[in-house]
Amino acid sequence: MNPLEILRGLWTTFKSMFESPVTYQYPEVKRPVRERFKGRHELKRYENGLEKCIGCALCAAACPADAIFVEASENTDEERYSPGERYASTYEINMLRCIFCGYCEDACPTEAIVLEHNYELSFYDRRSAIYDREMLLVPVPPGARPTPQVVEPGVFTRSIPEMENPV
Amino acid sequence: MSEPLVTLTIDGKEVSVPAGTLVVDAAKKVGIDIPVFCYHPKMDPVGMCRMCLVEVGMPKRDRQSGEVVTDENGDAIIEFRPKLDTSCTLSVSEGMVVKASSEKAVAGRRDIVEFLLTSHPLDCPVCDKGGECSLQELTMEHGPGKSRFLYENKMHLDKHVPLGDLIYLDQERCIQCARCIRYQELIVDDPVLGFEERGRRLQIVTYSDPEFDSYFSGNTTDICPVGALTTTDFRFGARPWELNAAPSICPHCPVGCNLTLNTRREAGAGGTSVVKRVMPRQNEAVNEIWICDKGRFAHHYASSPDRLTQPLVRKDGELVAATWDEALRTASEGIKAAGQKTLGIAGARAANEDLFVFRRLLEAVGGEAVLHDTMAGGDHVAQFGVGTGTNLKELGQGDAILVIASDLHEEAPIWWQRVFAAAGRGASLVVANARQTRLDKYAAQSIRYAYGDAVQIASGLVAAVSGVNGNSDFAGLETVNSAAKLLSEARNLIVFFGGEGLDYEGTQALANACARLLVETKHVGRPNNGLIAVGSKGNLQGAWDVGLRGDPRGLPAALGAAKAVVLLAADLFGDDPHLADDLDEGVFVVVQELFLTESARRANVVFPARSFIERSGTFTTGERRVQRFYQALQPHGETRPDWRILVDLAERLDFEMGFASELDVFGQIAESVDGYEGLTYEDLSRVDAQWPPVGAQDLYFGGTASKNTHGLGVQIAPGTERGVTFKAGALQQSEIPQSEWVLVPVTELYDHGRTVTESEVLKPRLSAKILRVNRQGVDKIGVEPGQEIELHLNGEVYILPVEIEPSLSDGIVLVARSQGIPASTPAAVELRAVS
Repeated sequence: MNPLEILRGLWTTFKSMFESPVTYQYPEVKRPVRERFKGRHELKRYENGLEKCIGCALCAAACPADAIFVEASENTDEERYSPGERYASTYEINMLRCIFCGYCEDACPTEAIVLEHNYELSFYDRRSAIYDREMLLVPVPPGARPTPQVVEPGVFTRSIPEMENPV
Repeated sequence: MSEPLVTLTIDGKEVSVPAGTLVVDAAKKVGIDIPVFCYHPKMDPVGMCRMCLVEVGMPKRDRQSGEVVTDENGDAIIEFRPKLDTSCTLSVSEGMVVKASSEKAVAGRRDIVEFLLTSHPLDCPVCDKGGECSLQELTMEHGPGKSRFLYENKMHLDKHVPLGDLIYLDQERCIQCARCIRYQELIVDDPVLGFEERGRRLQIVTYSDPEFDSYFSGNTTDICPVGALTTTDFRFGARPWELNAAPSICPHCPVGCNLTLNTRREAGAGGTSVVKRVMPRQNEAVNEIWICDKGRFAHHYASSPDRLTQPLVRKDGELVAATWDEALRTASEGIKAAGQKTLGIAGARAANEDLFVFRRLLEAVGGEAVLHDTMAGGDHVAQFGVGTGTNLKELGQGDAILVIASDLHEEAPIWWQRVFAAAGRGASLVVANARQTRLDKYAAQSIRYAYGDAVQIASGLVAAVSGVNGNSDFAGLETVNSAAKLLSEARNLIVFFGGEGLDYEGTQALANACARLLVETKHVGRPNNGLIAVGSKGNLQGAWDVGLRGDPRGLPAALGAAKAVVLLAADLFGDDPHLADDLDEGVFVVVQELFLTESARRANVVFPARSFIERSGTFTTGERRVQRFYQALQPHGETRPDWRILVDLAERLDFEMGFASELDVFGQIAESVDGYEGLTYEDLSRVDAQWPPVGAQDLYFGGTASKNTHGLGVQIAPGTERGVTFKAGALQQSEIPQSEWVLVPVTELYDHGRTVTESEVLKPRLSAKILRVNRQGVDKIGVEPGQEIELHLNGEVYILPVEIEPSLSDGIVLVARSQGIPASTPAAVELRAVS
């Protein structure tokens, strides 16, 4: 063995003594994630507080892990959760099953479900790994009313909003 | 007989089909799919949607000679028409050449899809039809993928229009194919739908009161090529691809419609599966691709929270929950103590397997097993029933049908539809009833008689065809004679007999007279000829076939002599509370039921049974077709199938039956029941190719009725075909009570039985709680129509409103069954104005 080689290795070690550390003091300090990071799902709302999810279950159909369970019910103008006739009365994601592929996000016709940046998913039992709609829904935007809302008849008749193609 | 064949070429494939076949059907028969929206193989074409455009060419003919002109190779020169033709309105002709997938045809159809989508909303994610939608599928296959029309220019119409209580209309989604309108007009003759407005505003409206007043409304949602018509029951219930499917048989009436039960897990049910919807399953010999709304919407009773889930045993006068072990022990002790004085009473709602084991068990303990039903005549049907291969769809010109003492529209809607369709094809329909029914409209001859005279009328018909005057007062009557002429001259004759205005003995006599009529006119032992009983319970024929009969002593006497009573699917004391009075205090009662019925309340032991949805078995239809139903859901609580309960009970009585499954029981039935010899579940599960293709890949063609993959059942041979000798007896008479007023209970489709009332959507359509008398009757009581009157029956007083039914004879008052008035057969009553 060449003693020079050992020195060359030690030189690398010696150099690193003067570098600033890359360790984050998690959980006090959190490392920012990339914009397109796929973490825990959120169910989005419109600015007026109505839920974007219309309970179409296309996310459940697209899910390769069969992690999503949706049941739909009917909106009325006296009790409106989302625009149009249909909303998700049950929405559950089993986070133990989810593989964070993001197909649900692709399948969603209203951009309601988005895989956001939260990656802190740990549970003490299997039951609590199932996130229901109350856990997944984002908070009501400031100034907006929570769902269900009483709305003016004949305004929210369309389930699918007009949208631009994503760039 | 068969029509001449015509040979044509479609996309290079040579096809030979009967003359008159439409090009679109001819193509489908050789596996070439021509897309359609408005065309439906069960209805006449209208050519409204233009989706089936094809290029059509004919051989060039010399103008003088009419000869086909050939080219130098000797092949016919084909001249193509300059424009595309709708292949659904075009009949085939010799030498025709059709190009269904030429560039021109494809381009034509692409444009049609683009037009259809100009005003179709982007609803697929929220639409109940999404996933099994013709427009979706054909757009994917034939559409342009891009529209040149502006999105903002879409026509916006009302999206939430209730068409009656059962159906929702979304006006935007409608593509104006008129399939629903035509179905209501042509197939079920309930013309309650129509078009209003014009152009893009054209929309479906209903003009009946109540709206969409038809027993068949659910079928329009199956044939709607888009999601314009959806049922309220399944509204947003699930996406079609999430549903599991189990083949089943409708238990509500003796037609035995083939069903598919679509199930899915539900959070509300604690994560267990529930039935989300009931769909028709194709069986062209039974229900084709249709079912009535009762079959479609009345399934909710099986998931009712009131269902019994565990055995109950009476302790210190109270029914308390018990283990199966305890309940079986208590029941067996009670039955053992009663020994030969055990009376078993079964209803015809139970499956063949249950009824068979029931009879075996009662025989083993030395008791008696009887049937609780007002209909008799099952032995005559077993002997003179319709021949194997019978299909009401085949009846037409030169054939005849007799319907006597039955209102088929209320009692068996699919039979009603198939019978009047046969009349429409030219069959002579003779309708005999004591009042006007919906079938009279299609009758070549209607015979009206007074209640109580049904048997005499049938005897009169026999007398007219045989020349032997029985004891009928009606022999020689002109209507009877001309009807008899129609019936005797017919090539094929089917006789439907019901029990309206008759008791058990009366229906037995009527069955006998009808059988005589068939024998005298030589209409037995062949397909499309024979006798059919219109029972009020689904498996009446099966009950008779396994050997159950009504008690000859009459129920009160039989109950009076019994020490223990076992009730299977029969709510004796609910039907008639007075029967409980005939029962001694000390009589031991065992009940197998779905619900805590009146009878169950009186029981010492109650066993929770499974509904047809949670188990498998077989039913026998009125046409004697044995059909198998399959388990769709996991059992409800601790329930067991009826036959299983009986086998367990037999074990406690030291009687080993050796049945481990339905299969074993059916094996025994096949060994010992006449006509069922050699039958196996495998035979019942056999399927043949059926026309038209439906479901799956063909839903654009035949609709979303499901394809039959689990068996068409087996029509068993009547005795006349098997060489069994059983002679129809001498003609008898039947009577109804003599009184100033006679109450006649009649069957209405949406009755107030537990199996219907549990369905929320059907609630507004349940039969009205009214009495019906004729005009003079109202005057005689001294009230106005709509006012309440008193009905006195057996010392009890019932107060109901009275309405006029003009076709009734004097002294007759009608009431729908299951209205809480304990009369299952005609009874003497008094009517008075409310004092």
